[in-house]
Amino acid sequence: MSDETLLSDDFLRQITAAGEVDILVGVPTLNNHDTIARVISAIRVGFVKYFPRDRAALINVDRGSNDGTPEIVKSAAVPDFRAFLASSPLRSMNTLTTTHGAMQGKGGALHVILAAAELLRAKACAIVSPDLESLTPEWIEALTRPIYREGFDFLAPIYQRHRFGGLLVSHILSPLVAAAYGCEIEEPLGGELAFSGRLASHYLSQDVWQLELMRSAPEIWMVTTALVGEYRLCQAFLGPKVHSANPANPDLPVTMQQVVGALFSCLEAHQSYWMNHEGPRTVPSFGFQYDLDLPSIRVNRKRMQNMFLKGVQELASILEPALNPATLEQIREIARIDCEDCRYPDDLWVRTVYEFAGAFHRSVINRDHLLQALTPLYLGRINSFLIENHRSSADGARERIKKLRSEFESLKPYLAERWNAQT
Amino acid sequence: MGDFIAKSLIQTLHTFSQMVTQFLPRLLAMIIIVVVGWVVAWLAKVILPRILNLVRFNSLFVRAGVAQVLTKAALPNPSELLARLVFWVLWITFILFGLEALQIVALQEEISGLFRILPQIFVALVILFAGVLIANFVSRATLLAAVNANSPSPRLVSTLVRFVIIALTVTMALERVGLGRGVVLIAFSSFFGAIMLGLALAFGLGGRDLARQVLERRFLEEKKEEDQGISHL
Repeated sequence: MSDETLLSDDFLRQITAAGEVDILVGVPTLNNHDTIARVISAIRVGFVKYFPRDRAALINVDRGSNDGTPEIVKSAAVPDFRAFLASSPLRSMNTLTTTHGAMQGKGGALHVILAAAELLRAKACAIVSPDLESLTPEWIEALTRPIYREGFDFLAPIYQRHRFGGLLVSHILSPLVAAAYGCEIEEPLGGELAFSGRLASHYLSQDVWQLELMRSAPEIWMVTTALVGEYRLCQAFLGPKVHSANPANPDLPVTMQQVVGALFSCLEAHQSYWMNHEGPRTVPSFGFQYDLDLPSIRVNRKRMQNMFLKGVQELASILEPALNPATLEQIREIARIDCEDCRYPDDLWVRTVYEFAGAFHRSVINRDHLLQALTPLYLGRINSFLIENHRSSADGARERIKKLRSEFESLKPYLAERWNAQT
Repeated sequence: MGDFIAKSLIQTLHTFSQMVTQFLPRLLAMIIIVVVGWVVAWLAKVILPRILNLVRFNSLFVRAGVAQVLTKAALPNPSELLARLVFWVLWITFILFGLEALQIVALQEEISGLFRILPQIFVALVILFAGVLIANFVSRATLLAAVNANSPSPRLVSTLVRFVIIALTVTMALERVGLGRGVVLIAFSSFFGAIMLGLALAFGLGGRDLARQVLERRFLEEKKEEDQGISHL
């Protein structure tokens, strides 16, 4: 059941006026003045183009913008659909807006969207990032159709990425989810996702909304909760993901703390499931996947290597209680080797992540400090990955990631061992 | 006259030898008490954690959340901490008994004075404990932030932070027990001010070029490189 005290009177009035809907798209915003008009427009065109006979609603939950974002959403004109379509929409489109305290983070906004989805009896709900520059009406169709027409409960995105894009996802999040939960989800942290009304009610019934993990990375909790609940999952290829540059985005250590911390917290909440669960579970994928020639990127590998060396040298007091002595010794050996020959092998990286997960579970030191201490080691691993793959194609890099994922899966018993270890 | 001087000298020597004869056994007693005290305290420190582990003493504190607070502050577990506390309390008690055995009136007055300010000493110890907790936590956070920001001397920065917090805590604790109130405060203020001034001068005069390079690298070059760099999410 949704918590109606969560919703303001004005927002409840808007929900009552809208009645029931088939498809709902939620857009949580926070100072997205530059991109929000385009995102709203793409969603509306998506509704009209792909669901002209269905009841659709767009919900904007603003987390306290001070750049006029809510005003832009409210005043955004309905596009002249004749420019895009042969026919006009057959149904009216609802746009509902509300504000929610910034203190609750992304999870707070999501909570409001879920509560509204339940009251509106939405059959399919999607969440879209407000700062996307690459969002097209086709994304709305790709996100919601498998839920609305095919009966799936949760849809995770697949993006077209540069071979060195999303490295935290490919080196920790995705393989750890695959190994622990036995399900290969490429983007467990995708900002764009969709779920059924049934799953929305299940999410709402969980007592997690005040937890830290919901503030910054609720997507991970949503994916893993759907997996644990044995809901029907699928993935859909959306295309390239381009976000607008936002100076307020957190830096790597904070991202590491929030995102990896959220996944470790999920492992803690679901330990009875993953300890006894055997994979793999197949997840169907929708959409035609293609590769684009993305421009090459410049990477400061020397800086990464320096940070790795400094981390290994200076953070001994944190690494010693977190890591197995043999693992730490191997890492120290890598740190002694010259930058160009430095290799952080797959099995060592997997053991590092699993040992950090165990240390997190046992709270060997302050958890935020522990997660931040993983940053230099991650940079060491990424540096090694870049050296190994600087000449390889997108397919070659993908193969390496698959190999890493297999390593995560084959070493799953070690995760359980470290998780249950006393010291 | 000569006789008188010789007599006086012999008298003084006699008195002195009497005092030494009386004092030496007391000194010996004090040394024995202090050494025995150290042995007893050390035994307690070694045996107590084992007994506490047998009765799962730590798990009580884990459930109450105290163990996590200690862990966060990089302090040992509750049984280890209690063992250390018992060691110091026992040994200090034996030292006080030892001093009592010397039977020096002035010292005895000081010791009884010490017992009078025992509540203040307890508060000061609590302040010290809280200070160490905070210093450990903040210095580790500083070390991590400095390493992750690729700063030149992370450990130096973190040690300095820890030192300043502990110095402040010690000042507050001494202030609490009323030990040289004004002097301690003035000493700390002067010392802290001197460090800051020294650092400002050292960095401002000695390291102008370095400062410019650090700032340029931090805000210009790294920004440029990161803009074109890999994406993590």
